[in-house]
Amino acid sequence: MNAPAKSPAPAEPAQATSTFTLLRTLSVVSAICGVIIVASYLATLERAKDNRRLAAQRAVFKVLPDASSVKEYLALPTGEIVPAGGGDPPPGALRFFSAYDAGGRFAGIAAEGAAKGYADLVRVMFGYSESCHCIVGIGVVSMRETPGIGDKILTDKDFISNFKALDVRLKGDLSALANEVKVVKHGVKTQPWQIDAISGATVTSRAVGKGINDAAQLLLPRLVPRLDQLREKS
Amino acid sequence: MSGPSPAAFSMAPPSQWEEFTEGMWRRNPVFVMVLGMCPTLAVTVSAINSISMGLATTFVLAASCLLVSALRRLIPKEVRIATYIVIIATFVTVVDYAVQAISLDLYEALGAYIQLIVANCLVLGRAEAHAARAAPIPATLNAIGMGLGFTLGLTMIGGVREILGAGAFFGIPLFGPGFQPWVVMVLPPGGFFVMAGWLLLFAIVRRRLAARDAGATRAAPVANSGACHGA
Repeated sequence: MNAPAKSPAPAEPAQATSTFTLLRTLSVVSAICGVIIVASYLATLERAKDNRRLAAQRAVFKVLPDASSVKEYLALPTGEIVPAGGGDPPPGALRFFSAYDAGGRFAGIAAEGAAKGYADLVRVMFGYSESCHCIVGIGVVSMRETPGIGDKILTDKDFISNFKALDVRLKGDLSALANEVKVVKHGVKTQPWQIDAISGATVTSRAVGKGINDAAQLLLPRLVPRLDQLREKS
Repeated sequence: MSGPSPAAFSMAPPSQWEEFTEGMWRRNPVFVMVLGMCPTLAVTVSAINSISMGLATTFVLAASCLLVSALRRLIPKEVRIATYIVIIATFVTVVDYAVQAISLDLYEALGAYIQLIVANCLVLGRAEAHAARAAPIPATLNAIGMGLGFTLGLTMIGGVREILGAGAFFGIPLFGPGFQPWVVMVLPPGGFFVMAGWLLLFAIVRRRLAARDAGATRAAPVANSGACHGA
């Protein structure tokens, strides 16, 4: 339809607001907003930190059933192991958790690995036991895989049994894993370092294997020579 | 062609109750204005996610509309959109921190969609179309009503998707172990299917009501549905 010739609404007086006024308004509004943000950050910081710590602890307890207390450490590229403090970790540092049982004895190591799955990063936590040089449990930290297909890695009993004793022993010179952790087609697993994929969820299965392998290849050569250091701290 | 009569409602200023209930039914953000579709389709895989997302949006809506309305005489029109976005982004940040403090699982489940509330057409639309020209109390009431209407819409979609796609409601299994989940319902296409189903139902109800009113008074001001105010 044709717009009426006369102006639809009386226009506001066409005087431009001065730049100073614009700047002042934006500054005042930004200052108010800044105060609100800082206040809410400070108010929620402690709770959020606690939540993160509890979530990490829960994940560790899941992969190391004997654990009853957890300490967080960083493995530096130089090979040193230092307790994780506040602030950002130095570049190249790997975060891991050292777990202790109810009697305070060293119960194993837990660390996180991640690899690209079908939809997004699949982040897994795995538990390492030094007595068998193997992985004794995994848990999924986060994923966005297809419900009913990729998320079978949480429920498929055959798949989970891969991680009862997944061999990750190191080479003689402790420079890398003796055998790469490999995901193989469903039903052809023959070696203790292989992972039997879920048929129909191969991409997600592979992501789990790759995440574990990448993290273990980096972390374990740094860690295994110095496990005594963690034992002492208990 | 019968001309639209938008003046029908603006004869008298709406009462506070009308302000509050506007978003629940007459201009429900999800089913009537069809605003904020990005979170509506993306996070409604379960009822609890939907209700959390709805409440987070409600808080952002109410708080930013209150502040926009309180500052409305100070904000020059040249920088109003920038100001509104700063205000909205502030409260989105507050919600982001709050959800992290309340539940990390929920934070993971909602993902980037909490931050994306800042780009929700509904929030900026209400700030620009309503809060900028209303006093703080009616503006906030209207915003809360809109937010609750949004929450209701999300939960109606999320509830159906969870029941069909996971056989549960608010995480409580409904059908026992023999149930074969209708997986497509929790995948992205399911969001569109369920949304379309509800829209169809609402269109039918609306048409019936309008036809009844028309039979009674011979006036037919059907509430227009595509009302995306400037955002």
